[in-house]
Amino acid sequence: MLAHSLFFYFFSAITVFSAIMVTISRNTVNSVFFLILVFVSVSILFIMIGAEFLGMIMLIVYVGAVAVLFLFVVMMLNVTEQITKRVSRKGLINNISIGSIVGVIIFLELLVVIGGWKYKESFTPLSSANFDISNTRALGNILYTDYIHLFQISGMILLVAMIGAITLTFRKRENVKRQSYFKQITREKQSAVSLVDVERGKGVKLDD
Amino acid sequence: MIYFYSFINEIYKIIFLLLPILVSVALIVWLDRRVWAFVQKRRGPNVVGPFGILQTLADALKYLFKEIIIPASANKVIFILAPVITLTLALIAWAVIPFSNDMVLADINVGILYIFAISSLSVYGIIMGGWASNSKYPFLGAIRSAAQMVSYEVSIGIIIINVLLCAGSLNLNEIVLAQKNVWFIFPLFPMFIIFFISALAETNRPPFDLPEAESELVAGYQTEYSGMMYAMFWLGEYANILLLCALGSILFLGGWLSPIDIYPFTIIPGVFWMIFKILGLFILFSLVKAIVPRYRFDQLMRLGWKIFLPLSLIWLVLTASFLFFLDMLPIKG
Repeated sequence: MLAHSLFFYFFSAITVFSAIMVTISRNTVNSVFFLILVFVSVSILFIMIGAEFLGMIMLIVYVGAVAVLFLFVVMMLNVTEQITKRVSRKGLINNISIGSIVGVIIFLELLVVIGGWKYKESFTPLSSANFDISNTRALGNILYTDYIHLFQISGMILLVAMIGAITLTFRKRENVKRQSYFKQITREKQSAVSLVDVERGKGVKLDD
Repeated sequence: MIYFYSFINEIYKIIFLLLPILVSVALIVWLDRRVWAFVQKRRGPNVVGPFGILQTLADALKYLFKEIIIPASANKVIFILAPVITLTLALIAWAVIPFSNDMVLADINVGILYIFAISSLSVYGIIMGGWASNSKYPFLGAIRSAAQMVSYEVSIGIIIINVLLCAGSLNLNEIVLAQKNVWFIFPLFPMFIIFFISALAETNRPPFDLPEAESELVAGYQTEYSGMMYAMFWLGEYANILLLCALGSILFLGGWLSPIDIYPFTIIPGVFWMIFKILGLFILFSLVKAIVPRYRFDQLMRLGWKIFLPLSLIWLVLTASFLFFLDMLPIKG
């Protein structure tokens, strides 16, 4: 048990350290890598407290998809410019004050939410929980029965956000030649090639 | 003292998992080149050792003694980290692969999710290598590869859900045991084909090897790498290919189960069946490499998003409703 808690605090320390490094490292690409380290160590923490399904989903969704997109965006930016541009002392203090205000507000919100938290009446206390059924099944049993509406609404919100992003960036471009694979494949020799007797000095008229 | 012994025991088990995998990666590279050569009516590597079997060893020795060149404008830390991450991720995924009923290093409940998570991480090795090289071709290759791997992961994920619906468990060993009566390749045959093609794209194998297309990008993200670092990329790539072959045989071909559950087949231990199946899938992989021309990139993305994704989604709905209405769900309640 001692080794377990030692490892737990070790990974927690890594999480906190890399979370700080995300904000203070000067190179943006490095901060994305630290963000990935945060995600990975949080998923390790999840696994260590027995929430293996959540840990794996954390890895798949955040590290495998979200952070890849972050990395993409950051790598496309011109990074060298940002390294050389020193942050002035005044700007730093300004940023820190705004950041800490946001942090305090989020902390208070969390306090309010957790303080007003109410469990379902038939919620089984941890001491009498059934440890035989796996994590995944327990989550599924709850998600698809009691919380099905919330679950589906969150899915709808994601879908709406996705469609919104696509409609915002979509623009119809004129004069672009598009390939139709169906047309290309179904093209036959009879309709594509014809033998023409060309009269001298007249050439062939193309009906394009 | 008990802790110490269990620690030593774990280390011993890990070494005896990793060594055979590394050796078989070396052999598989040789096999790949031989199959490729036979299709093209060449001999292939046949000089070093019997049938040229030691060719990869000789190549590895050559890489070991070559100088490692780090470009002056490269980001050194990330440049060195990239091949290390590729190889590590390719090897740690093997921890949950069951080779027979009790031959598995870590028999965890969410084995299939673990493999899926690790394979979605393996894109980092490529992006990091491509970006840190600070040169045009590697970066283009890395971008292509990331787009390709992210899009084909989606369809692989949905195919895995298909199999999970039929098996009723996320544990790889239980997925194998669920195929005792019928392998999942028979009810889910179209999914097997989509899985196979997606696996080719996921591991950057021809015909989807656009991240390293020689005619366009020199060698893609590997352009600036040399010596042992290049060899590590190369080992990681083949270990990944083997891993997807193992995953394919677990999900669709019944893993370590014998094809028919009667006497002469069942005396052969499960490990051999598993190895046969992995090898068979791998030979299919290398045949595809030899006979199919390379795709264009827009065709590749179209195939992933507009054909495979809808097809596998439709099949998912079909499987789910079939199991539900015929009352064949593996877990009830």
